[in-house]
This record gives sequence, structure tokens and C-alpha cells, in this order.
Amino acid sequence: MPNQKKYWKSEVELNDQSTLADDLAQKEFVQKLPEDLLGNTELPESDTSRRDFLKYMGFSTAAATLAACEGPINTSIPYVVQPEQIIPGIANYYATTLIDGFDTASILIKTREGRPIKVENNPDAPVNNVANARVQASVLSLYDSMRVQGPMQAGVDVSWDTLEANVAQQLMMLAEKGEEVALITPSLASPTTNQIIKDFQAKFSNISHHVYDALSETAALNAFEKAYGKRALPSYDFSKASCIVSVDADFLGDWQGGGYDTGYAKTRVPKGKKGKAEMSKHYQFESNMTLSGANADFRIPTTATEQQFVLAALYGALTNKSYPTSLSKALKAKVSEIATALKAAGKGAVVVTGLQNEDAQRAALAINELLGSDVMDVRQNTSLRQGDASQINQLVNDLNSGKVKGVIMAGVNPAYTLPNADAFIAGLKKADLSLSFSMKNDETAVHCQWVAATPHYLESWGDVEMKMGHYALMQPTIRPLFDTKQFQEVLLKLSGSSQSYDDAIKAYWNANILGGVSFNEALHDGFYVTTNSNRLGYRDNVDALMQRLIRAKSKAGLELHLYTKTGIGDGQQANNPWLQEFPDPISRVTWDNYLTVSKADAEALGLNNLSQSDGALDGSIAEIKLNDIVVKAPVLIQPGQAVGTVGLALGYGKTAGMKSEMQVGTNAYPLYQNFNPVQTVTVTATSDMHEFACTQLQNTLMGRGEIVRETSLEIFNTKDAKYWNSMTQVSRDHEEIDVTSADADMWQAFDRSIGHHFNLSIDLNSCTGCGACVIACHAENNVPVVGKQEIRKSRDMHWLRIDRYYSSQDTFEGDLETVENISGLGDSLSTFNKMEDPSANPQVTFQPVMCQHCNHAPCETVCPVAASSHGRQGQNHMAYNRCVGTRYCANNCPYKVRRFNWFLYNKNDEFDYHMNDDLGRMVLNPDVVVRSRGVMEKCSMCIQMTQKTILDAKLEGREIKDGEFQTACSSACGTGALAFGDINDKDSEVAHLKEDNRMYHLLESIGTKPNVMYQVKVRNT
Amino acid sequence: MASHYEAPIRKPLVTGNKSYHDVTVDIAAPVENPPNKQWFIAFAIALTAFLWGLGCIIYTVSTGIGVWGLNKTVGWAWDITNFVWWVGIGHAGTLISAVLLLFRQKWRMAINRSAEAMTIFSVIQAGLFPIIHMGRPWLAYWVLPIPNQFGSLWVNFNSPLLWDVFAISTYLSVSLVFWWTGLLPDFAMIRDRAIKPFQKKIYGLLSFGWSGRAKDWQRFEEVSLVLAGLATPLVLSVHTIVSFDFATSVIPGWHTTIFPPYFVAGAIFSGFAMVNTLLIIMRKVSHLENYITRQHIELMNIVIMITGSIVGVAYITELFIAWYSGVEYEQYAFLNRATGPYWWAYWAMMTCNVFSPQLMWFKKLRTSIMFSFIISIVVNIGMWFERFVIIVTSLHRDYLPSSWTMFSPTFVDIGIFIGTIGFFFVLFLLYARTFPVIAQAEVKSILKTSGDKYKNTHSHE
Repeated sequence: MPNQKKYWKSEVELNDQSTLADDLAQKEFVQKLPEDLLGNTELPESDTSRRDFLKYMGFSTAAATLAACEGPINTSIPYVVQPEQIIPGIANYYATTLIDGFDTASILIKTREGRPIKVENNPDAPVNNVANARVQASVLSLYDSMRVQGPMQAGVDVSWDTLEANVAQQLMMLAEKGEEVALITPSLASPTTNQIIKDFQAKFSNISHHVYDALSETAALNAFEKAYGKRALPSYDFSKASCIVSVDADFLGDWQGGGYDTGYAKTRVPKGKKGKAEMSKHYQFESNMTLSGANADFRIPTTATEQQFVLAALYGALTNKSYPTSLSKALKAKVSEIATALKAAGKGAVVVTGLQNEDAQRAALAINELLGSDVMDVRQNTSLRQGDASQINQLVNDLNSGKVKGVIMAGVNPAYTLPNADAFIAGLKKADLSLSFSMKNDETAVHCQWVAATPHYLESWGDVEMKMGHYALMQPTIRPLFDTKQFQEVLLKLSGSSQSYDDAIKAYWNANILGGVSFNEALHDGFYVTTNSNRLGYRDNVDALMQRLIRAKSKAGLELHLYTKTGIGDGQQANNPWLQEFPDPISRVTWDNYLTVSKADAEALGLNNLSQSDGALDGSIAEIKLNDIVVKAPVLIQPGQAVGTVGLALGYGKTAGMKSEMQVGTNAYPLYQNFNPVQTVTVTATSDMHEFACTQLQNTLMGRGEIVRETSLEIFNTKDAKYWNSMTQVSRDHEEIDVTSADADMWQAFDRSIGHHFNLSIDLNSCTGCGACVIACHAENNVPVVGKQEIRKSRDMHWLRIDRYYSSQDTFEGDLETVENISGLGDSLSTFNKMEDPSANPQVTFQPVMCQHCNHAPCETVCPVAASSHGRQGQNHMAYNRCVGTRYCANNCPYKVRRFNWFLYNKNDEFDYHMNDDLGRMVLNPDVVVRSRGVMEKCSMCIQMTQKTILDAKLEGREIKDGEFQTACSSACGTGALAFGDINDKDSEVAHLKEDNRMYHLLESIGTKPNVMYQVKVRNT
Repeated sequence: MASHYEAPIRKPLVTGNKSYHDVTVDIAAPVENPPNKQWFIAFAIALTAFLWGLGCIIYTVSTGIGVWGLNKTVGWAWDITNFVWWVGIGHAGTLISAVLLLFRQKWRMAINRSAEAMTIFSVIQAGLFPIIHMGRPWLAYWVLPIPNQFGSLWVNFNSPLLWDVFAISTYLSVSLVFWWTGLLPDFAMIRDRAIKPFQKKIYGLLSFGWSGRAKDWQRFEEVSLVLAGLATPLVLSVHTIVSFDFATSVIPGWHTTIFPPYFVAGAIFSGFAMVNTLLIIMRKVSHLENYITRQHIELMNIVIMITGSIVGVAYITELFIAWYSGVEYEQYAFLNRATGPYWWAYWAMMTCNVFSPQLMWFKKLRTSIMFSFIISIVVNIGMWFERFVIIVTSLHRDYLPSSWTMFSPTFVDIGIFIGTIGFFFVLFLLYARTFPVIAQAEVKSILKTSGDKYKNTHSHE
């Protein structure tokens, strides 16, 4: 039946008399429309009333006024033709390689809308596949506002044509005269570049190529050459190690190019059957407190002289020869203990040394040969360090004597990194041709006639041979931001080749490396491995050198050990605010280098560290004298520093091409005489004090064993988990119950068994404290940089920090006993006071702490506006837009992980870091909001990443595999210490880790039920 | 309240042979006569401090909380210390006017007006801090449960800060109503005496048309009683809720069940001290010695002594419980309080709050006006330190030693605090010249029982 319902639009339709309904139906406008404004020519007859006139005039005025108030114009330019590969909102990843003469890494670059925004590890690459903190931060150096934006002649912008034509002409002239021109590069290990340089030398016979590493490995290279007949360095696979002896080699840091922590960490987690778990044993002899020393099972502070004795004594003990040394009894006993351990470990044993002493290096090689170490690999040796110190010294002399008339430099900054920089600069000024390929107008570039602006590695092509048979490719991830050219490109042109550098690489690889494999595939992967390696025979005789080692004498004065910091390294990225604000893993000091001094020496020299009323740390400024070189540096009293030694980091005190905020620290390169990091100096106190910016002011754990739980391997193997990882008990009705039991809980828990439930596990055994995760977190989450003064006020913004604790006694176990044995009030007062000071050679422990995402979060209950609330997947959310900034949540957070925006940190001239310029802001992750002032922020467990994973899987209609869920920190962690995943996936790694008997939660007794868990640290002591 | 017979052994509450008319004249005098030079000097100082503080507040709001000395570990310091301190001071008013009214303590009549004024003025100061301590104070209205269009957002009723919002606003409004009700007959008195038409008009408005009929008086008495009944729970609730900010947290040194009674006692303690400070000056300056007598001061000193002792017991209980709990964090928190880097604050608090009021056991001291004045100031210094100790020393060293740090105020922290003191005195000084500072209507009601003129006559009979 058809529906005959009639709908009335108004009651008028009911009234038959009214015409209005008809009118409404017929006419669009029932009332007469006003005629044109003032349409009639004669005003008196006008239809426009005075009222209408005023109405229109009022509207026009208001509209004109409004139109005059222009809103800010944010230009966004859409793609006219959208590139096939780029979808707005979807990240693209490119495999590439970083090599800058100091760091080398196979990495993936995340780009968004064509902008590289983050560095990720390349897990498929077989070697150097983990980005350390500096590599993680290198993406920000791409957007450095201090970069040279085009070629320059004597500080004036010129065109590339001018530069190339002039340089070619000058080279020709010099070639005709037969004058030598030096080409200085860092160790490039680039097969194609080597070829290009050869071709260049073929064209200009007067070119001599000098390889210059700012931090020289000359001694190790010479030793290897003597032992195996090739100038290279062995590679090491620490994952095969069961007993590691390091003699001043910070192999978890930058020793011989670094990158060894991944393998090392694999042996540091006790594995095997219950009761028979095994892990490697690590002995470290060293002077400075290094990452390696901090992770060692036994750390023996020694001077460089003693370290030479140790090597000789070790060799003696292993060969049953006697090399009498003046080592103390205790050290001798330790050496024989270690010799026994090495013998027992057999092929799993390895001895490494960082002493820049050919004899010591040869001794270490000899010991490894003797042990038949599987860890040291001489076949797959590496050429990542090739520099020869004597060559460079000769070059400086030749420049000054006029023997060398031209200098071309690429990727080096000798005017800053050379100990005799002044002599170099003087020589450079005498040269007829000086050309520097540089990203910055640095110390060297300012003295050069020509500055050739080079692109950042993310805008460049390149290739590397990481070690024998392991090749890696570098490809641009963005079109060059500035008018830059790679040095290879220019060399090709100068050599008369019409090839571009990328074509040259492709041609070289196809001809010499790939053997038929597709270049595109290698480029896609970022690496290519051949089985190519050659056998090297050992042919060294070490008896004589042992005799030399035991005759080593210590000189009067303090032994200075120069080192590189995890953040700044050799100083290339000193203008990178992320790295400047990165807390040193050991000292937790930011924005500075400093003279590390043992407490005993500091007292003897009258040097001290003082705390200000706001807790900030001050240190005396010391004068360090080496012959006639005087360097002033602030003093930091460093627990574990060997008495009689001091340490100072290189890479600071740069001034050229740097923002004023970043010009911090002292340049220690003048002390790096003869490229030897160990120097004998005299240190005197001055009356001046220096202001430090330190992110951790209390250095000891105060006997709070619940926070960092640890045990020894023996106890781990022999005792029940309840003994070494006990659950805190609470009393309920006079009965002790586990603090996690349901009876101890006032709250009704949600059902969390449905959907994802994210947990993060942190293994204190495999965490080396390297800090790559800290920078990765910065990059992923747009964490602001606040500057030295704010850090000094304890206002760092790090979402993820790595707490470093020293023991107050010799061991943390000793701390626990001390606290246990306190009797009475007076004793507790004095004991706790004493415990604030670390021991002279403390045990060290690292503990990464980020938001623990408590299921019963103290922060959530106290927020008056519910800006902090709990997510379905276990995260503790922070709604920045809702936050009014009472800071109650931060106060009530037992982990103190919440960070408040005290000021506006972006687009604010008071904080002139990357977020204050358009170029620097290009690094910001568009998936994460930039917080404004007055709001609280904190770790979100990278919810933007987990949501992306969920949505991708949903689109593809599949289940999520274990390992797909990652956070910035967990994916940056090369040692596997951070494992992230869904515990509702019972087969996931993290679900298993949750059931592990080493698992505990931080401050479990408060009942916060965190979603971050820790694994008890087991020491092989 | 009718005049009951009062034993001659009780000291007179009004001295100086005052008649009803004398009372009227004496209390109207400061309002009717122009202020003297000292008043202007005091007012100028207070106004300068206020403006300075206002400048510091503007600087804070426009630049960021970073201009204060706070850091990642110590998220509250002077701001909340000042807040709790001012709220605490505000406590005496209600106690005097409501609780003492219910207990029929007639000596309250000379002081309740000013005590309540002090309450309102100090709650205004207190109320400032929760607003300006916010990172984004322009969004402060988000803590109010008002219907909004932000989506389904609502306030978090679990948060003690929200309870504070309710507690403080309730307290302020009830106190204000109570105060004004009491003021009505006195405003009417000034209105009736006013000569200038403008004055008459203003006081006419302020007195809400009080006519002085018997019905007016009857309603007045009833309302006073009802309001007293309403206000009495507030005396306990306000500071209990303020203490919940700390007590419900998980921070050692904050998470303490003793806090509610401890805070209430402390609040009354500091409030009475502040009343003493103000009235000792006012009785002198406004020539009210006959109304606010030595007897009044002695009685207040006794309250100070008792509440001071309660506070002392609370301090010691806290220490005992920390030891008895066996919780290492708790134990360390209290050891650190007493002997850590802020030991001086702890011992300043102990000396001012626990030791100094004990001197009031001596009659000679507690009847000495000068001594009472000094102790009243000492007590308020001590109570400020108490809040500083609770807030800062608990936060600066909590669970994880890695986050331990120190707090040091900046000139802005100090400026804002001084500014609120200035603001308080600006209000109080204006009040002293424009309001009847003693509830003269009430005083008149006891004149024939407690006034010395009548008391003496009675005893001679």
C-alpha cells in the first residue's frame, strides 16, 4: 500500500485562507528583496533607507577591518606530480652507511615526506649494524644551521665553476713546476674513492695522498704489520668470548673504531641450563673509568706503566717465562689469576689493549696467537683506520719548509685536531693552493683559500669496505639542501672524467665487487658480503719487546690519558645540540669535558668539587702543563680513576663554525703530542671554579639494593631465585604476603587479557650504558634541548635516562651489608652520610629509566584534570593539550621520569638550538607533537610506533608477529638489553622475559605495577 | 545572647569603664577619623610589596614557571608552601567565630571580626598560589567541573587537588557569608552615625538595610548559629583536605596518615599566632586596649601553646612511625629531614613550633604583650618552615638516588611570597580603616556581664 502520509511544514498549511503556504511553495523569497543599494540615481527617491545604508556601511567596514587582520601564513606546497615512492604520512626507509673517519655504521634512514628524520639500525647488515649515540644524532647534523652552504673563496661565495676552474688551473701550474700537493683524507676504506684518488694522481703526478686520522691507531697498525705483514687492524667477535682481558682498551667505547658492544653483550647474559648457566668473564685494567671498565666483572685501576707490565707478566705467565716487573703483590696475584682464567677459556679467551705503544700492541697480538683466540679475527681484518702519524708530522714539516706547495683536504680538520695545529696553520698559509672540502667553516677551512662545501653523508654517495669482504654502500636520502658537491665528484671532474660519483661507484662495484649480483639489490640492502678474505701468517718474535715492556718507567708527574666521550667523540659533531646535551654515561655531565682526577690526587693537589645550594656541581679549574703547552680544564673527581692518572676528553673547545651555545669545554688536542693519548703532565690548581651541568648529582645507590638488583653468577647458579630476587613482603593481618598478591591490593584491576598489553624489559646484564637509546628517544619524540644553564638547574628533558650508580663500598653487596649492619640512630646518621660518597674503585651499574607505565600509576590519580590517564594497552598516557601544569604528577612519580616544560623550548631565542630555526625543525618527527610551555611530558612508550604497527597489520589483515612492536629505544638498542612487545602474545620474547626468574619491577613495594620490568644483573665475580 | 551572670573571679573582657556609647564611639573612631601618617607609611610599604609581587606574577605567567627555582625532582616548593601557610593562617577565623561561638566563649567577641577578616584575606592569598603555580594558569578553569565542549572531558574526582578546589572555595564563601552577617549591625551603626551622604549611602548598602528591629536581631542570631554549625566542620575539613595533597601520595615523608589532625592543629596554631600578631598592633594603633585586653591575649597564647604541643607530638609521632615502619625509604626521608642538607629548615621548624610555645607555660611570659608579639611571629616563621620541610625535603631525595637534587629559590619565588604578604596587609589596612574592627554589637551584649564597669559594681554589692 502506498504511503499517503502528508507532512506539514508549518501550521499555516492548515489554514485554507492563508496564501502564505502557496507563496512559500512558489517563491523562494516571500518578502520583497531589497533593490540594489542606492540603485536609484536620485537620492531622495532611493529605496535604500537610511537604516539600510548604515547597515551595509557597518558590514563593509567590519568586513574590511577583518580582512585587514591577516592570519599567519603557513605555506604548504603540495606535490604537483606526486613522486611514486612518497606518500604523505608514510615513512620511507633507505639503507645507507655512515663513515666520517671516526664512526662507521650500516644504518637505515627513516624519511618522512622526503626528509630524513631518524637513524635506525640495519639489523640485516652483518657488521657495524648498530648506530651508537653519535650516529643516532648524526641526522640532526644534516640540519645544522652552521653548515657551509656553497663554495667559497677567501670567505666570499663563488660558483662551483669558478672554484673548479681555478683549482684545476693552480694544480696544473703546480704540476708543471713539479711542486708537491698533498691530499689529506681520513681513513676512507672506500674502494671507489681509492680508485678515484689513484686516477687523480695519474692525472696530476704531483699529488701525494696522506691518510690522517684525528685519533691515530698508528701503534696498533704498525704492530699488526709487524705481526702479519699487512697494515690493517684485526676484527674481533666478542660474541665468541668467554674470558676477556682488556688492558686500557675501551672496546665498548671508541677503541679501534668501536662497534664491539653488540657481540660483547651476547656473552654477558647468563645462558644455559639452570644451575649451569654461563657468561663471559671480563677483566679490565685501565686508568680512566670507561664504559668497558664500568661493565667489567673486575676492574683494576692501573697506570699505563703498570699496564705494560701486566701485558708482559701475562705473556710470561702463559708461556711460563719470567718477566720480572715491579707490579705490586696484589696485581701480580691478579695477573696469575687472570692467566689461569685465560688458559681455561682457551679459544674463547682474548686480550685487547688500547695502549698506543707498538710493543704493547704486539704483545696483545702475541698473547691472542698463543691462546689461539677465536675472538680475534686477523683474516677479516679492517682498514677503517689507516692513518700514519709520522706521515702527518712529516707533512707539517714539509708544508713549513715549502716542500709541499698545495693542500687539498677532505673531511679532516687538522687545524683543530692536530696537536701542532699552529705549525700546520702556518704551513697552510704558505701553501700556494689550499682547498678544504668541508661541511663547516671550521678551524681549517677559515685558513684555506678555497672552501668546497660538501654535503652531509645523508646527501651523499659512497662505499666502504668495513672489513675484508664486507662492503657497504652510502646513498643520498634527500636532495642536497645546499649548493654542495662531494669531494669525489670534484676529483672526478678535475681528473677529466665525465662520470658522476654514483656512476663511478656503480661501475667500480659491478667491475670489482659484485661479481654479477645486482647493484640495486646491494644498494637496497646497504651492504654486500663476499667470501673474500686472505690468510695471514703470524711471524712476530716478541721476546725482545717483552724485555722492553718490563723496563718501562713512569715519569714524574701525573699520567694524562686522553679519551673520547660517548657523546662528542672526536668533535666532528660538536655543533649537535643532542650530543652536547647527552649526559656522559659515566660522569653524567653534559655540555663539558673535564679533567677526571682520583679523589686521592684531588686532595693532594687541592682540587675540589662543590655543590651549590640548588644542588648544581662546581669544580676547580686546573692548569695542565705539558712542556710549554698549558691547557685549563675544570676538574671532576672521578671514582675509579687510577691514582697518579688523570683523564681528559678530546673533541671539545671547538669554536669555528659553531653556535656560541655549543662552544663549550677545552680543546685537549694540543696535549695529544705524537698522537699518543698517554702523556705525562703536571697539574696545578687555580682559584677559579667552573660550573658543571650534571644530570645526576647523587652518585651512589645508598644501599638501596631493591632498585638495582644484582647477584653473582655463583649464587645465581646455586641458590633459588627467591634468595637473589626476592619479592618484597607486606604484612596483612599479621601475615607476610607478597606485595604483588591480590590481597595486598586495594584496587580492582582491569581485565588486561584482551588486546595488546605492552611491556618493556630491560636487561641490566646486557645494557652497557652506551646511550644510543637516549638519542634515539630524542629523535623519535622531539625531545627539546634546554641548554647548559637549564641542565645545571636539574631541568633536563630526557624522557629516557640511564642512571649510573657507584657503590659506596668496593661492591654493591658491601653496601647492602653496611646498611644491614647499622645499629642505632647515631650509626645510621653517620653511615648514610658516608654512603653518599662512592668508593675509590667502585662497582658501577647502569639502569635505564623511563616512564614505567604503571598499571596503578600514582601520577594518574592526582591529576585534577585527568590529563594523565591509563590506556587500554598498558600505556600511561599524557594528554598534553589537557595538561594545566600543576606538576603534581611529577611530584608523585616515584621514578621521577616526568619532565616539565619550564619554558617555551621551540621558536624561542632564549633556547637557540635546532628547534629555533626552520632548518633544524626539519628533523622533527611529524608523528609526535611538539610540546608547548607549561605542560608535563614523558615517555609514551612510542605509542605512535605501536599504533602504526597495529594499523598496518589491520590493513593487511594479519596478526602481528613478535618483534614488530618496537619503541625508539628498543629498536636502537644494539645489545638487546631493551626488549619490547605484547605480553598478551604468550609466545613473544617479552612474555617469556616477564616469566624469567631474573625479572623484577622497579620499586615493586609501592604497588605501582609497572609495565616496564628489569632483569637482575648477574656479575661473574 | 542575653547577659548571664558571670562569676567575679573571671576577668573582665571590657575594661576602662565603658558604657554602650563609649563602645560605639571607640569602634567607629578609626572609620570616622582620617588615618594618620603611620597608616600611610604602612600602607605604602604594603602596596609596594604587593605591586612587586604582582610584577613577579606577571613575569612568571608571561615567561614560564622556569623563572622559579623548581626542577625535575622538586616540582613544588615555595608556591605550595605559601599556599598551605596562608590556608593555615586562615584557619583561626572560623575557629574563633564558629567553634568558640558554639562553645559560648565570649572572649571571642573582641577578636572574631578581625580574625575572620584575616581568614578571608589570607585565603585570597592562598587561592592565588594554586592558580599561578600552574604551567598554564589561563586554563585554570579546567579544574572546575563545568559542562564544556571539549569532548567528554571532566575533572578527575580522584585528585586531591580537585578536592582542594572545592574545600578552599567552600571555605572562602562560607567564611565570607559568616563575616558579612556579623558585620550587618555594625555597618548599620556606622551608617547611622555617618554625616556625609556618600558614606551613609555606602554603609547603607553594606548593611543590607539593617533596621535594628527585634526580628532583625532574632534572625541575626539564628543565622549566626546556623552558619557556625556549618562552618565548624570546615575548620576540620579544609586543612584535612589540604593535607590529603600529601597524605594520599606515595612519596616518603608525604604518605603519612597522621597528616589530617597534624595539619589542622598546625593551622589553628599558625592562625592564632597571626591573630595575635595583627591584634597586638591593632589594639595599640586603634586604641582598642580596653576591648582586646591582656586577658584576650593570654587566652590566645594558651591556645597557641596547646596546638603547638599537639604539633610537637605529631612531629615526634612521625619520626617514631618512620622508624617503626621498617621502610628504608621512610626512615631515610626522616633522617634526611633532620640531618640532611635541609637540616636548618627542620631545626628552625622544631625550635619555632615546638620549643618556643612551651614558654607560654609561664604566666609572666604569656601575659607579656611584647613577648606574645614576638612568639606570634616566631610561630608563623616556624609554620612556614614546616610546610617547606614537608614539601621540599621529602621531594628532593625520594626513592631513586639518581634524581636527588636540591632546591634554591629565585628572586621571583621570594618576590611572589613577599607580594602576597603585601597584598594581605593592603587588604587588612584598608579593612582597619573602613570596617568596624570589633563586633561592637556583640561586645555590647556582654558589657553588663563582662565589662569591668558593671562587674565591679556587681562585686561591690
